[in-house]
Amino acid sequence: MPGGPILQRLTDQFGAGLVETHEYRGDTTAVVERRVVTDVLRACREEPALGFDVLMDLTAVDYSKYPGREDGPRFEVVYHLYSIAHNHRLRVKVRVDEDDAVVPTAVPLWPIANWFEREVWDMFGIRFADHPDLRRLLMYEQFVGHPLRKDYPINRRQPLIGPKA
Amino acid sequence: MGVGSFFTSKLDEAIGWARKYSIFQYPFVTACCGMEYMATACSHYDVDRFGAGLPRFSPRQADVLFVVGTISHKMAPVLKRIYDQMTEPKWVVAFGVCTCTGGFYDNYATVQGIDTIIPVDVYIPGCPPRPESVLDGLMKLQDKIATQTQRF
Repeated sequence: MPGGPILQRLTDQFGAGLVETHEYRGDTTAVVERRVVTDVLRACREEPALGFDVLMDLTAVDYSKYPGREDGPRFEVVYHLYSIAHNHRLRVKVRVDEDDAVVPTAVPLWPIANWFEREVWDMFGIRFADHPDLRRLLMYEQFVGHPLRKDYPINRRQPLIGPKA
Repeated sequence: MGVGSFFTSKLDEAIGWARKYSIFQYPFVTACCGMEYMATACSHYDVDRFGAGLPRFSPRQADVLFVVGTISHKMAPVLKRIYDQMTEPKWVVAFGVCTCTGGFYDNYATVQGIDTIIPVDVYIPGCPPRPESVLDGLMKLQDKIATQTQRF
């Protein structure tokens, strides 16, 4: 299914839950509200016509100080979905504020989301509600802060052993 | 020079000669420099010509620690522990710029030179160093082993 019908289908089903959609050079994107993200993802996974059986990637973007996005929500959580059967792709985005950086987990739908979400928590400090084991993935437990946030000081070092400078 | 020191210095030389040709390395390989390490070890460059052909995969059997590749802060305590487990006499080679200085990984995750954690005898720069550089570094280490005051 090409991108247009995918977006049309999601729009028909979720309507106001979709903030915006666009398609550019074969990249299909749907920005959805947080309250419907679990339902949208479940529909993508389970409806045969969509059939997104692979979560290729789950990551986040920090839009603080981004030109034109100063007033909007700070973070965007991005899901890249792929369907083996239909050979089509979809990008789903959820915008969250810094004060309330929580997104429902996708682990029940795709088990791989477990480590992806741990990485996003580690790097951006976005929590995933009902995640079975939300620990840091890449950094050590003693690490303070989230290094891929734009306000993390570029020179801050937190070695486990050795000099602090 | 007294008779005693004459014998001590000759004994030092003999032990140094033996030790420099029986280097048992522990390759602590974490990153892409490992490929260059393998190239050096294989038949084309043949590190066995220098008596360093038998890597040991237990630090207790090794006497030269080759730190090959980027060391992250998370890995640093492991490296320190491996170093502590090696028995004397022991030497350390920093292989590649990441181990020498952190290289271009000047970031939150990377140790800025392993000499902030453990003592280093020879630095081999390069990203990655060519096998010729590695052999040059190995020969410099051999000179150091041969000429130092031996403890035994």
